[in-house]
Amino acid sequence: MRDFISSRTHRIPPSGIRRFFDIVQEMDDVISLGVGEPDFDTPWVACEAGIASVEQGQTSYTSNRGLPELRIETSRYLAKRFGVHYHPDKEILITTGASEALDIAIRAITDPGDEILIAEPSYVSYSPGVTLSDGIPVPVPCLMEDEFRLTPEALMEKITPKSKAIICNFPNNPSGAVMSREDYRGIADVICDHDLLLISDEIYTEMTYDGEMTSAVQADGMQERTILVNGFSKAYAMTGWRVAYLCAPKELCDATLKIHQYVMLSAPTMSQYAAIGALKNADWNREEMVTEYQMRRNLFVRGLNRIGLKCHLPRGAFYAFPSIQEFGISDVEFAERLLKEQHVAVVPGSVFGASGEGHLRCAYAVSRDDLREAVQRIEAFIATL
Amino acid sequence: MDAKDWLLLRILEEDSTQEVSEVADLTDLSEAEVQDRVCSLEDEKIIRGYCASIDWEKAGEGVAAATVNLKVTPERDVGYDRVAERIARFPQVRSLRLITGEYDFELRVTGRNIQDITRFVSEQVAPMEQIRETSTILVMKTYKENGRVLYDRKEAERLPFSF
Repeated sequence: MRDFISSRTHRIPPSGIRRFFDIVQEMDDVISLGVGEPDFDTPWVACEAGIASVEQGQTSYTSNRGLPELRIETSRYLAKRFGVHYHPDKEILITTGASEALDIAIRAITDPGDEILIAEPSYVSYSPGVTLSDGIPVPVPCLMEDEFRLTPEALMEKITPKSKAIICNFPNNPSGAVMSREDYRGIADVICDHDLLLISDEIYTEMTYDGEMTSAVQADGMQERTILVNGFSKAYAMTGWRVAYLCAPKELCDATLKIHQYVMLSAPTMSQYAAIGALKNADWNREEMVTEYQMRRNLFVRGLNRIGLKCHLPRGAFYAFPSIQEFGISDVEFAERLLKEQHVAVVPGSVFGASGEGHLRCAYAVSRDDLREAVQRIEAFIATL
Repeated sequence: MDAKDWLLLRILEEDSTQEVSEVADLTDLSEAEVQDRVCSLEDEKIIRGYCASIDWEKAGEGVAAATVNLKVTPERDVGYDRVAERIARFPQVRSLRLITGEYDFELRVTGRNIQDITRFVSEQVAPMEQIRETSTILVMKTYKENGRVLYDRKEAERLPFSF
């Protein structure tokens, strides 16, 4: 029989943490800092809104773009948070999670051979997404000495005549890096000068701890050349509801809508109602969660530095990204041995691209007790190196 | 009061038994700074005290509780304050609030049993000259108190790894 799997699919790598999963299955007292999702329950006001919609029989498709009320509330939220304006009927599309938004954004803009720059370390789906569109992913390294922010110089270095777009994600998974308004202005100049498009994954934007919450589209000239992706999974602890949104100028939004209507039709209806509930009534819950993450960050990063694991203070998201370079073993080996010997699960930084090598992604979306215990176990592990 | 004080209060309100070193880690302050700030907050009477949150039903001790709403005639010059202070002196009154709506005061009253409470309301509170009407609502079961649920809840399961 011939190989039915496409060359494109063959080209995308398997999950970098599959074997860690297998090891974890055998253990029962693992502290997992490997989880990229909130440990809070969805705010009950959002759940109620979702449940009520089911009770009322709102279980059919919605319009392809998503419920008008959700688009209006999303538009209001963005105006209030960032002072940016998106037309609810023309420039906002409700998607099945930010993952779908990213997928259709990449597909809508990528021709075979286009180079799509990716600020690394980065979330794991960007590069395969580009490959599946026959584009060429080009990593742009963000360095520890820049607190993992994207600099204009690093970006310039990777731009070629084939460059079409850049994908970035701040606050960043896995590094916790945040871009200030000034940082965004710096890269905006480069993006505009080279007539590039930006796909900005801002899913962690509410988790900004020291200083102002920012969006790439606040920089002059950027809203017209940005596909902004955000959603409810992180800010409102709604990962399982699979609901997010994409905002872009009409022409780009229509292009993504064309793909969305064929592949997804519409985002889950009850989830859209729950998202309306979240936007309207869960500000308080969101702020409570963010305060808790901030305390955990302080606790955990201090703990890591105390035991000699060098870690910059991550200003956003819920990840610490300590360096383990001084221990003379790879991040993969460190993570694997840490899991086997001390039952602490973390994700090796290299999973998130070459510029993540020598680091560990530790999600502090777990209880304070677990964080304290994890620090102790990591300390015990380091002592054996 | 600044953002760090606010965070400190949040932490202490949730669990005031934590070690100073732990509170220092959570707030990103030094231990000395935490102690200074807590002292100031106590001096300013922003922190009024520290207590445990107890599930008395589970402790098996006889305990009854009620919400008692009162209609009160306010007095010239002092309004509700004087009668409020009189009512607050009773140790049975665990909380006392001036409220909007049909009633003026909302009391949280506890006793060893229902008779304790009814006797207290009818013999101590109701006869006070400023009290025009009382309404006693007995607690049948407490599900949540001071922000904590008093029943066991199954933790949701998460994947051990995700990106």
